[in-house]
Amino acid sequence: MRAPTRQQIAAGEVLLSVDDVSLAFGGVRAVTGVSFDIRKGEIRAIIGPNGAGKTSMLNVINGFYQPQRGRITFKGQTRSRMRPYEAALGGIARTFQNVALFKGMTALDNIMAGRTLKMQRGFLWQVLRVGPALSEEMENRLLVEQIIDFLKIQHIRKIPVGKLPYGLQKRVELGRALAMEPDLLLLDEPMAGMNIEEKEDMCRYILDLNEHFGTTIALIEHDMGVVMDLSNRVLVLDHGVKIADGTPAEVQADRAVIDAYLGVSH
Amino acid sequence: MAPSTAEDTFPKLLIRNAQIFAQRPAYRHKDLGIWRAWTWSQVHEEVRALALGLSALGLKRGDKLAIIGGNRPRLYWSMCAAQSLGAAPVPIYADSVAEEMAFILDHAEVTIAVVEDQEQVDKILSISDRLARLSHVIYDEPRGLRNYDHTRLNWIDDVQKLGRERLAADGKQWWEASVGEGKGSDLAVILYTSGTTGQPKGVMLTFENLIVSAVNANRFDNLGRQEDVIAYLPLAWVGDHMFSYAQPFTAGFCVNCPESPETVAENRREIGATYAFAPPRTYENLLTLTMVRMEDASRLKRAAFNYFIGLARRWGEKILNGEKVPLHARLMYRLGDLLVYGPLRNRLGVSRVRLAYTAGEAIGPEIFRFWRSIGVNLKQLYGQTEASVYVTAQPDGEIYADTVGKPNIDVDVKVAETGEVLFRSPGVFAGYYKEPEKTAETKTPDGWVRTGDAGIIDAKTGHLKIIDRAKDVGRLNDGTLFAPKYLENKLKFYPNIREAVAFGDKRDFVCVMLNIDLTAVGSWAERNNVVYGSYQELAAHPLVYAMLAGHVAEVNRSLAQEPAMAGAQIRRFLILHKELDPDDGEITRTQKVRRRFIAERYAPLLTALYSGASEADIATEVTFEDGRKGVLSARVKIRDVSPIPASAVLDKAA
Repeated sequence: MRAPTRQQIAAGEVLLSVDDVSLAFGGVRAVTGVSFDIRKGEIRAIIGPNGAGKTSMLNVINGFYQPQRGRITFKGQTRSRMRPYEAALGGIARTFQNVALFKGMTALDNIMAGRTLKMQRGFLWQVLRVGPALSEEMENRLLVEQIIDFLKIQHIRKIPVGKLPYGLQKRVELGRALAMEPDLLLLDEPMAGMNIEEKEDMCRYILDLNEHFGTTIALIEHDMGVVMDLSNRVLVLDHGVKIADGTPAEVQADRAVIDAYLGVSH
Repeated sequence: MAPSTAEDTFPKLLIRNAQIFAQRPAYRHKDLGIWRAWTWSQVHEEVRALALGLSALGLKRGDKLAIIGGNRPRLYWSMCAAQSLGAAPVPIYADSVAEEMAFILDHAEVTIAVVEDQEQVDKILSISDRLARLSHVIYDEPRGLRNYDHTRLNWIDDVQKLGRERLAADGKQWWEASVGEGKGSDLAVILYTSGTTGQPKGVMLTFENLIVSAVNANRFDNLGRQEDVIAYLPLAWVGDHMFSYAQPFTAGFCVNCPESPETVAENRREIGATYAFAPPRTYENLLTLTMVRMEDASRLKRAAFNYFIGLARRWGEKILNGEKVPLHARLMYRLGDLLVYGPLRNRLGVSRVRLAYTAGEAIGPEIFRFWRSIGVNLKQLYGQTEASVYVTAQPDGEIYADTVGKPNIDVDVKVAETGEVLFRSPGVFAGYYKEPEKTAETKTPDGWVRTGDAGIIDAKTGHLKIIDRAKDVGRLNDGTLFAPKYLENKLKFYPNIREAVAFGDKRDFVCVMLNIDLTAVGSWAERNNVVYGSYQELAAHPLVYAMLAGHVAEVNRSLAQEPAMAGAQIRRFLILHKELDPDDGEITRTQKVRRRFIAERYAPLLTALYSGASEADIATEVTFEDGRKGVLSARVKIRDVSPIPASAVLDKAA
């Protein structure tokens, strides 16, 4: 599949739309009346200062939080409540701001774990590793190997992830999310805590997987250079409110965004 | 099997191998976690398709084809495909920055480049406006390249497809005729040497050079079709060209391409390579890694390791050399083999290695002996690109840590009055590409080649000993002989020291600049609760200085025992604030230090070493991998070390 051009995306099919969503924890309003959409095949960035409600927004999208108000339409289906595993079954995968892997398991097993939902055979079949369970395991392993190859982590295949440096753990986590063959991939600060070289590698992977697999990606990122280079469209939140939405160039020129980032002198 | 005179080019050898070794594996490549193999007859088919495709893209006799990337079967096949059309492959170091690549692509007049992946494509595109001759770029790994403009960019699969279409028409006869036109005296390959000074030079080697050298080398070490090698060294290095291309083509053995550069050790173990070839650094790194890991092992394991390694140091080499050894030592060594050496060899991936060579630079004698003591038949080799590798090598059973062996079959070696080593052999290169003056400087009219290395022929064994580069050997102001590399190698034996640069020519005394080894010293720091945030911080740590001062003092002690060297002891040293890096031009791509360049670049430090100052400020420009530049500044401390009088050592010995 070819990655769509900007024009195609602008005219493209909406994969997910968020309509007037509000989320509050007691008296704290994390997200207030936010509406936006994510189109098929695009890389959509969500930015904003600390506490702007970015991670809350992702958590709402994948069903981790239930918004008090508003509607979310994903692949044409509107819902107000959804559980995370339903989101996963529906084709939403994510990575976390703080790496959340099975530390004692190898990189390979962690990524294989991402295939769990796609495995049809029952527990007993899988334990015995015969017949259809074996061929299913082999099919899935092939896909996992393609991901390992894609992310260039062949050398750590058999190493428990707890022993790996942070940058590689992040890559394994991305691999696990990819193993779900998601329609929508949510990346929460994929480059946090990385050095310049690791960041450049990660950028490459994100662009490549968007191009190669046509995966739609929503990502939260603080590095503005990265956001401007990677994304097709940028959503800017501040104090839980949408303050801008548009192409990187539009957003960069937006008065409200500049004020939110640099502060306003009154 | 030795080729008959009829097979005087690699494409002809390929056709022969496809007949006589048809179903034997020729190349293997690990991809998606699985070893995939190609037999000689399959390789024949692949190369033919590729050649016909390249011809359709316009590659013709006399052209040059650049090859840039890691050790992948299709990059090796591209070499043979080009040769079958009468074009010469020009492998280029894959980690070269775009600027270096531009020089070679332009100088060699390359018309088509076969590259590994997007990274290399990007590099070439960034300089393509300067390369008017370059008509096509072909890539092996399509990832990320989908949306690139494909008017001059081709996927290698598509090129082969083009070739297979042609094959269906008249391709077969045409290709075989094209192969038949090749002669042994034709240019086979141009290998650009990294060069310690100036721009790289293109060494032209003919088919005869490579094939005769490979056949002789196979004979020297009895290599046959049953061997397995891992191809992991840069394609542009003559060693790899001989070892993963010329020797397998002549002997018919199998070349195994690792999954990625990081998995070489693991892949070597899986394949069970029988023949290995590596620069000293590889053996050094593996040893350092082993030692570091042992420091973290349990007390029992460490005790067993130390005991048996001690035993191996004493008897292992003698056993390997077939000397007389008392029975109890033999038995204990057998036990050690079961408990320590065997598992260690397995861990290092050398269980099946029948023969391992080290070349490119002198190896630390302790490192050399260590490998031999645990039962690995490591031998030294002395060679050059200009010689199609082989000048001298150690025959089995005649192994000495400080020599590089006897002349190979058909090679003559002599030492000039200046101390420089000269050789004459069938492998002597045709010349430097487009540089007849430089060729004339190196090749004497009667066919000898100046190596630029200073050496002596050992009177007792008849082996050649290399001391240093001929131009680097100098003298202190008091006339003492100063062989910098000799000192540096002694220092680099310590796992904590990664790199050393010695100064002393036309000076009053010897000083050195050191690089710590981040793996070894980092692990030491962890065990000793030394906190550090960067290489720079660790390198400047007083405890690290104290540790290295100890190493320098030990080197001085060993120098004091050698009458000729006792005067060249190290008086002062410093630890550099950054690692020497080929991107900054401080070491070559083959990891040799460029002493003169370092002296200029770190002039303030060098001045301080000889002025008696206790520290100095330095600001250096550094180049990042993407070509951007930055400035790194630091205050570097200098340590004095007191020399050990030669007599003191003798007294102690008495």
